[in-house]
Amino acid sequence: MSEPTQAASATAPGPHAPALLRLSSVTKVYPGTTALRNVDFALHAGAVNVLVGENGAGKSTMMKIIAGIERPTQGEILLDGRAVQLHSTDEARKLGIGIVHQELNLFPNLTITENLFLGRELTGTGPAIDMAEQRRQASALLHALEHALDPDTLVGDLRIGQQQIVEIARALAQDARILILDEPTSALSAPEVEILFRVIRDLRARGVGIVYISHRLEELVRIGDFITVLRDGSITGSAEMTQVDVAWIVRQMVGASTRDFARAADHQWGDTVLKAQGIRLGRPGAPGFLVDGVDLAVRRGEIVGIYGLMGAGRTELLECIFGCHPDRARGSLCLDGRELLGADVATCIAAGLAMIPEDRKADGLIPTLSIGANLTLSSLLRLCRGAFLSLVREREAIDRSVSALAIKARDPAHDIGSLSGGNQQKVVIGRALMTGPKVLLMDEPSRGIDISAKSDVFKVMRDLSATGIGIVFVTSDLDEVMALSDRIVVMSNGRITAEFGPGEATQDAIVAASAAGHNLLP
Amino acid sequence: MTATPATSTDRLASLGRARAVLLLLHLRTFIALFLVTGYFAISAPNFISADNAMIMSKHVALNAFLAIGMTYVIVSGGIDLSVGSIVGLAGMVAGDLILHGVRIGDYIIWFNVPAVIAITLALGVSIGALNGLLITRLNVAPFIATLGTLYIARGTALLMSDGATFPNLEGDAAHGTTGFPAVGAMNLAGIPLTIWLLLAVAAGTAWLGARTPLGRHIYAIGGNERAAILSGVKVRRVKMFVYMLSGMCGAIVGLIISSQLVAAHPMTGETFELNAIAAAVLGGTSMSGGRGRIGGTIIGAFVIGILSDGLVMMGVSSFWQTVIKGVVIITAVVVDQFQQRVQQRMALLQRVAA
Repeated sequence: MSEPTQAASATAPGPHAPALLRLSSVTKVYPGTTALRNVDFALHAGAVNVLVGENGAGKSTMMKIIAGIERPTQGEILLDGRAVQLHSTDEARKLGIGIVHQELNLFPNLTITENLFLGRELTGTGPAIDMAEQRRQASALLHALEHALDPDTLVGDLRIGQQQIVEIARALAQDARILILDEPTSALSAPEVEILFRVIRDLRARGVGIVYISHRLEELVRIGDFITVLRDGSITGSAEMTQVDVAWIVRQMVGASTRDFARAADHQWGDTVLKAQGIRLGRPGAPGFLVDGVDLAVRRGEIVGIYGLMGAGRTELLECIFGCHPDRARGSLCLDGRELLGADVATCIAAGLAMIPEDRKADGLIPTLSIGANLTLSSLLRLCRGAFLSLVREREAIDRSVSALAIKARDPAHDIGSLSGGNQQKVVIGRALMTGPKVLLMDEPSRGIDISAKSDVFKVMRDLSATGIGIVFVTSDLDEVMALSDRIVVMSNGRITAEFGPGEATQDAIVAASAAGHNLLP
Repeated sequence: MTATPATSTDRLASLGRARAVLLLLHLRTFIALFLVTGYFAISAPNFISADNAMIMSKHVALNAFLAIGMTYVIVSGGIDLSVGSIVGLAGMVAGDLILHGVRIGDYIIWFNVPAVIAITLALGVSIGALNGLLITRLNVAPFIATLGTLYIARGTALLMSDGATFPNLEGDAAHGTTGFPAVGAMNLAGIPLTIWLLLAVAAGTAWLGARTPLGRHIYAIGGNERAAILSGVKVRRVKMFVYMLSGMCGAIVGLIISSQLVAAHPMTGETFELNAIAAAVLGGTSMSGGRGRIGGTIIGAFVIGILSDGLVMMGVSSFWQTVIKGVVIITAVVVDQFQQRVQQRMALLQRVAA
């Protein structure tokens, strides 16, 4: 730090600052993917330890291991130099480890006080909860966070930013020695961020080891003492914040070595196939727009990459195009000369759209159906002979799909759950392709799959675009968007904030555009 | 993978074991059927006889019709509590049409039996459609929506006669309404019409489930509704269909019962929906949706039917029968949970082996 505060200088972070907690050669393997590879990480007391990396780099997995939610496949956790086993969040909490998750884990039907003390209610001598004492402590906590909210307010009635404060208060209420903040500012306004930073500095002065995860690089540079960069499950850089700059961080995040994304083959694009104009989607039950007047045109054979932070409205834009909100979406949407806005999903598919949803498990797979039935679900009418489903034609279509996408399945009649993440993703893609789309919408197509499956998926995308299919894909991965896209569109707060043609984009410009308009809204 | 030969043989062995266990689990309803039948054949006199088989089949058929409709409702992720009441209302409407016709001003319109049957079936389908509309358009939970129609249909049935029975549904030749009792009593090639009808409905719905896009869509919705929507499945239409099919099955049973009894009573079919759910669950239908077959449901209906008829023949008190039925159903669900765990383990083993 160039200007260490008085309090912080007492435990001035330096190369020899005490490591409160260490991860030693930690590896975590999930079915289908390796999330962390041989990671060594030191968490310093009385310092803000920044953790940064792209989506899927392994930050969340690492934090889950520290917070006792997940257990490492290999390696050990050392707390104060002693190896500990964290079997549950409860054990981690008793050792003074608190976590504020990116997605809020609050109970909207309970009050602030009840949320703060859930699972560790204060009881006096009897079985009854000591309401008055809980309320007093809750009030004091909120006061410390400079949010004088009534502790009896239902959490569901709070704004998202206020809910975030409650979530932070909950972690603080447990006297954490280690506090993990996963994207704590993603829903906060600028003044709220300042308050949070004051709280963080105060905690640091008290010797709390803070892990701070964020995508917003400017923030990290301001608040961090140590920085650790993760990429593809490995630590690629670790340094004191004073010795690095934003350019260094980006370099470590993205890597100098190009992954096997090879630029799209040079081919001519056709005419405009999809033209969206003034697409708007209101926030349900609140003023403002999730998608705010987006214009987007896609040509045959073109790959358009949409980059943006979480909550930028990228997924919602794809949903609007795909007919998921026929009643609420506004604007105009033209596919091959046909107006599609207001049509439902089935009509959109019939007209030549297809979508690969972001959350494969929740929105993509049918766990009770076989691999084959998952593949043909969108194209059953095409595989009928009269009213019958022709099992022969279905089998042919499945075999074609399996070999075209190199799906590693021993038997398409097996459960879909028997496939690895990457192959499951290929099944979802295969289902979309079987409908013969003109435009393919892909939401985070490489999420949660390993490197080799990723390059398979990217190869499929390139091959498809060469056959004249227009592709719109959404990603939070800078490298991916730069390598794969013919054109890059950056979204922030529901709007398009920048657009780059082939060869025009730089990483800095994209990152800057993705942050445009943030922290300005209340 | 750093699999040593030993661990990979272990894995193959455990895969083989899992397969064997899974096969047994898949056939469990069959095994149960054999066990009950075998047990009663030995301990109940006259249990194995053509006459008795015919009588039992007729009993089982009634529950089987309802269970068929119920199966697809449950597979789609819903539940239909109204079928028992539809049975009662359908019988009353059929009886009313035969005895009283439809009065319009000073005229009374009489319908012949095929028309009565058609109207009654249409009524069952309409109540199913009402369930479907409540569930798909007004987003009422299936349990609540069909609980509501359960009361409405039952209340309407009671209102039609002030709670009284419509007796003597033989009809009147002068009005052309004769022949209704034949529906339940008629035999074709020595086998009751009811059984033929059950075979037809079972074959038709089994075909629908296995070999039509609609059938596949029912399973997809039960497995993951959001994914089904995003795959272009018209979820509302499919749900409408399953409730309408279930309503029609209720009406079929209402017609058969009132025809067999030659009378319609408004309380007919009370708690039948529970027997239907029991048969479906016993036959391997998963209450969480996405899994279940008509074949399994039929066998499930037979297990329940044979169990209760056999216990009657052995002179076991009907109170005990009720307890036993409950135990059988709970056991079935516990076994089903076990099967799903084995299946998941199997899937993981297959993934490792692949």
